[in-house]
Amino acid sequence: MGEPLKFCRGGGCTAKLGPAALSRVLAGLPRPTDPNLLIGAQSSDDAAVYQLTDDIAMVQTLDFFPPMLDDPYLFGQVAATNALSDIYAMGGEVKTALNIVCFPEEMDLNILGEILRGGSEKVVEAGGSLAGGHSIADQEVKYGLSVTGVVHPQRILANNTGRVGDRLILTKPLGVGLLCTAARLGQADAKAFAGAVKSMITLNKYAAEVAAKYRVHAATDVTGFGLLGHLHEMMRPDLTARIYAHALPVLDTAYDCANEFYLTAAGQRNRNFAASRAVLHGLSFAQEELLFDPQTSGGLLLAVDGEDAPALLTELRTLGLPCGEIGQLLPRLEAEILVEP
Amino acid sequence: MEHMVDARGKACPLPVIETRNALRGHGAPVVTLVDNDIARQNVEKMARQLGLAAETQKEAGFWRITLTSEQEGGMDPDDTQLDDLMEQMPGCALPAQGPTVVVISSDAMGVGDDTLGRALMKGFVYALTQLDEAPATVLLYNGGAKLSVEGAETVEDLKTLEEGGAEILTCGTCLNHYGLTEKLAVGSVTNMYVIAETMAKAGKVIRP
Repeated sequence: MGEPLKFCRGGGCTAKLGPAALSRVLAGLPRPTDPNLLIGAQSSDDAAVYQLTDDIAMVQTLDFFPPMLDDPYLFGQVAATNALSDIYAMGGEVKTALNIVCFPEEMDLNILGEILRGGSEKVVEAGGSLAGGHSIADQEVKYGLSVTGVVHPQRILANNTGRVGDRLILTKPLGVGLLCTAARLGQADAKAFAGAVKSMITLNKYAAEVAAKYRVHAATDVTGFGLLGHLHEMMRPDLTARIYAHALPVLDTAYDCANEFYLTAAGQRNRNFAASRAVLHGLSFAQEELLFDPQTSGGLLLAVDGEDAPALLTELRTLGLPCGEIGQLLPRLEAEILVEP
Repeated sequence: MEHMVDARGKACPLPVIETRNALRGHGAPVVTLVDNDIARQNVEKMARQLGLAAETQKEAGFWRITLTSEQEGGMDPDDTQLDDLMEQMPGCALPAQGPTVVVISSDAMGVGDDTLGRALMKGFVYALTQLDEAPATVLLYNGGAKLSVEGAETVEDLKTLEEGGAEILTCGTCLNHYGLTEKLAVGSVTNMYVIAETMAKAGKVIRP
């Protein structure tokens, strides 16, 4: 495997278009009218949900991006884990997946083989079948999956159905974007970076299985728009989210990476997007950066009944990743999101 | 000698990291050139975090950001006002918890020479129109009431603010006192209850 993958300008979920730009473009598209489309693009949810019968709804999602790691096998695992995540964020189970591949013609095909091997292993781990794919020649490597799953129509976990009193639980640590950026410049601590990779290749399947045992009212997964960007997608005009920055699960050295200014363009775009919605009180610079840090293959953000939260969290901790109860849902106060130290 | 970092054509984090490295190697001042707006914001954000002053000039197709240590610059008292304005830029500062209200209580800015003060005030009102996030309300009282009447050089800029959604409120008692009641050229007349309430509910009050 001699040749490592070349980092592109911004790999992983940092390559996402900014949320502000995207909302403007999407606003111009025609709205679908089929009543069986339970969740479409309008609700800024994680995946589309289409009801087939009384008991079965189909969940569809698609995600692909350029490498954020120079090991092709690991990159394949991360990209697949990230794409599969949206099914879990809707409360569904994975059925089939199709590869999406962009690959330079002149590059060693063994590298592509390693990417696909990593991806297919994750599809198998998810309990799905890799059923095909599509590849085109391109200047830069990009990889991901189109995934189809199923969910019972009564058990769909939408983004914005949280209730006052719910606790917010994040199932993976923040800081992936900062650590990957430091790694691009050869400045990441090896052990800390290994922790980031472990987090990125851990399927949200396991956290979703734990969540299914408790009264979880809403869920999303935290990816390129950062914690506050995705939290915004969970909010309604009658809710305020109160977040405790000290309770955020973060990767080792993530605060150091922020203080060393390994800042992404995506993180700043996320900050610009969230600035009018979130009020941050007395946070350190590094804490603020973590709130906006774009996550590749990040965790699930769950709104769970207040009584169930401690037990859910205890069980979640046995999965081995840093996780935490990071805040709660309140009746609407002066802002959509309040963050305290 | 200032050190130059040409980060044009480079994506984050490189403009930030190269600027940081130049600051560590040479100290301030450092001049950084960037050609995309997000890189500009990230470099300015780092400057704030490091307690440095960042002055940004837009040039043809790029920005020139000059980072200096604030102690060396010898702060002019009026510069603090400019800093307040910079804090209003989106994405730079923590959002205030309520509307921003500008209170103008004199037709001259600062204490010293009133001719200079009037020129500064004209510049200040113009600068308000250039903020990315316009103030919600501009309150004008006592000498400030002279800024919103026929013949005042600030009327056009106040109209621009009004078109941008800002409420321009001039104290009625003050207009009466100066004999200007019939001359109001922009916004509306207000009373002390509204003035007090607007200031009490403001997230931030800016006083030039």
